[in-house]
Amino acid sequence: MTIEIKTATLEPIRNTFEHTRRRFGDKPASRYQEASYDIAPENNFHYRPMWQPDKLLNDTSRTAVVMEDWYAFRDPRQYYYGTYVQARAKLQEVTENNYAFFDKRGLGDRLSEEVKAKVVRCLIPLRHMELGANMNNVLCSAYGTSTVLTQAFLYNGMDRLGIAQYLSRIGLLLDGNSAEVLTKAKDHWMTDPAWQGLRRYTENTLVVEDWYEVFIAQDVVLDTLVYDLMYRQFDQAITEEGGSDLAMLIEFMQEWHKDTSRWVDATLKSTVAESDHNKELIGRWVAEWREKAVADLAPLAEIAVGDDAVNACTEALNQRLAKAGL
Amino acid sequence: MSNKKLNMKDKYRLLTRDLEWEFSYRDRKEIFPQEDFEGIKITDWSKWEDPFRLTMDSYWKYQAEKEKKLYAIFDAFSQNNGQQNVTDARYVNAIKLFLTGVSPLEYQAYSGFAHVGRQFGGVGARVACQMQSLDELRHVQTQIHAMSHYNKHFDGFQDFAHMHDRVWYLSVPKSFFDDARSAGPFEFMVAIGFSFEYVLTNLLFVPFMSGAAYNGDMATVTFGFSAQSDEARHMTLGLEIIKFLLEQHEDNVPIVQRWINKWLWRGYRVLTLVAMMMDYMLPNKVMSWQESFEVYFEEAASSLFKDLARYGIEMPPYAADAIAEKEHLSHQAWSIFYNYGHAAAFHTWMPTAQEMDWLSEKYPNTFDKYYRPRFEKWREMEEAGERYYNPTLPMLCQTCQIPMGFTDMENPTMTSYRQSVYDGERYNFCSNGCKDIFDHEPEKYVQSWMPVHQIFQGNCGGPEMEDVLGDYYRINLGVDNLDFKGSPDEARWNGWHNLQSAEDKLKKAS
Repeated sequence: MTIEIKTATLEPIRNTFEHTRRRFGDKPASRYQEASYDIAPENNFHYRPMWQPDKLLNDTSRTAVVMEDWYAFRDPRQYYYGTYVQARAKLQEVTENNYAFFDKRGLGDRLSEEVKAKVVRCLIPLRHMELGANMNNVLCSAYGTSTVLTQAFLYNGMDRLGIAQYLSRIGLLLDGNSAEVLTKAKDHWMTDPAWQGLRRYTENTLVVEDWYEVFIAQDVVLDTLVYDLMYRQFDQAITEEGGSDLAMLIEFMQEWHKDTSRWVDATLKSTVAESDHNKELIGRWVAEWREKAVADLAPLAEIAVGDDAVNACTEALNQRLAKAGL
Repeated sequence: MSNKKLNMKDKYRLLTRDLEWEFSYRDRKEIFPQEDFEGIKITDWSKWEDPFRLTMDSYWKYQAEKEKKLYAIFDAFSQNNGQQNVTDARYVNAIKLFLTGVSPLEYQAYSGFAHVGRQFGGVGARVACQMQSLDELRHVQTQIHAMSHYNKHFDGFQDFAHMHDRVWYLSVPKSFFDDARSAGPFEFMVAIGFSFEYVLTNLLFVPFMSGAAYNGDMATVTFGFSAQSDEARHMTLGLEIIKFLLEQHEDNVPIVQRWINKWLWRGYRVLTLVAMMMDYMLPNKVMSWQESFEVYFEEAASSLFKDLARYGIEMPPYAADAIAEKEHLSHQAWSIFYNYGHAAAFHTWMPTAQEMDWLSEKYPNTFDKYYRPRFEKWREMEEAGERYYNPTLPMLCQTCQIPMGFTDMENPTMTSYRQSVYDGERYNFCSNGCKDIFDHEPEKYVQSWMPVHQIFQGNCGGPEMEDVLGDYYRINLGVDNLDFKGSPDEARWNGWHNLQSAEDKLKKAS
């Protein structure tokens, strides 16, 4: 049996806003569409930015990538603010339970000194790289074109801050909140030869002005390599060495990377498919940054996992690029 | 292992501030190239006091809870056709003004805070600005969603982003925010973080939300309540930036003072739209513009500037001009819009007899003396079937871009005019504040995209007003614009409530 509540229906005079009707046709639009497409200012800017007088406030020429329509993109996750925070809140709840369980059961004490030292040396310093990733994605959000892209960049940027904070909390879990681990890990980041390549790479990305190139250098090239290295290979290696409980603490990063990769892949694919110009340009950026990243990551890969590790993550990157037509 | 308990401040420091490192492969100046050009001196970013200590995990959790509740209300609102429950269909024009005039500013704030959230050299300030950027994105998106259902039953909401980039009166808020975003990162923070979000928010955001509460608009007022805690965070950030700049170096004081002078005046001019909304567009009035100005500006600002006096910051000189206008502002603004009601994307109307009495009571020194006679004349013309529309195009103030309709407060029947000559050209201003702002940075303000000039230069769709209003602005002529009386909005509203329009009543009576 079904019951039916009678409501007074009022015929709407239109199905959606004009900006969504023009783009998607005269039918009700989704919340993602109404709040993401064609809402950024595009015309009649009043003043040139004093910090960049050769450009308009919103200017598509802040990248060498050319799109006929910057709203040709679509986030496969359809994140607008509401769906974004709710997806992250879900992931955060699981993570919070994991961290609480790890703490309550004193799982940190069960890790051998070798495993702990390895986590401190190889994993925790990544919190600084994540801060760089935060700045890079916020840059793409600030100077990129079209809300479908800029909002996803901001979500990504804030996610990276969140990940840097989770990595810091792993450090605090391992030393009973004395913060010694964080100090030690920072020393590794600053002076350990195994980390200098990655730190140099990160600092180099922070001076790139073309925001799409920043996206390539950070989200496409470096993240694919680092996330494969640390959250797949290093996770396996540490498990074999008796540190399987660490997996509870990095599940967020693994799940997050799966989630964000859907968007990165879709964005890359749409841009490359747009024109030979884009394909050639992005191909060049990818080649340049990949060469640097592989070389810079190799010493860390070796101490974290072993000889072949850097080749394995390069393979993961190449597969990803091939999917995007590169 | 015994766990040490970390207090909030230490925890936040370790989880956020400590992520930063000293660059050695690159020069700091290459990474933060915009920190110096405004003349602001930052000697030590570590002195930044985090205005709120929110880590991302808590942010996601709290904000997700708020979003869930908010969207449950939006869903209920549209399922039950809550738009029928507003006080009167005239009210809806206030939120048309909000969606076309204010929501796009939330968008601009989202972009502007992302910009400074990358450019500041201190991680504490960057992260606070990034969170505000994300909040501002929330606000523009939830406002679009709150109005989405109204858009399906009323005219004038449908093309807000297109209109914001083009329509003459929307260039007032647009140029305001363009001005802030095109300034350097520190000026942006004084303009938006401090002047707008801290000092003026109770005169902008709050009146619209209170107006919604008083007029049965459940969607908008629920958004307002949901955004309240975000706004509180933004206010603390605005205050922190001022204190930080003033404490960093004494050379910052005169620069900050000039920015405060400029931005409070610039912001106050945008509030003209709010003044008329409060006094004329709300069927159920919350309070008069004058009352709200006295509480939220005169009282609040005077205690704020008392606090800032220890840094050597004084009340801006134009505050006296704003105070002098408080009994006139809304009436003059509504007169302008009534005059140009054919060129607006919302409806205008003359107040009812009862509403005029309310205005007389609230504005005993000015309404009956200066405005009632004019309004009664217009009402007579309307009753005679000759509703007045001004066929000319107004001259605009080069700085705030409001038509030159404000009068001299010493002599309220004379239009206030100021002029400057720059590079052989003459520019017009509505006030001392607007003239001084121009004179200090003429090379910036000569760039203004002035809607009336642009029409005359043929850049807005064609030579006829219909080309401009219909093709270029995309106002549905005869539908979105003109008087509320006789509008399709009014007809639909009357249909829902089995009411007769005033016109039908007259016809039947005769």
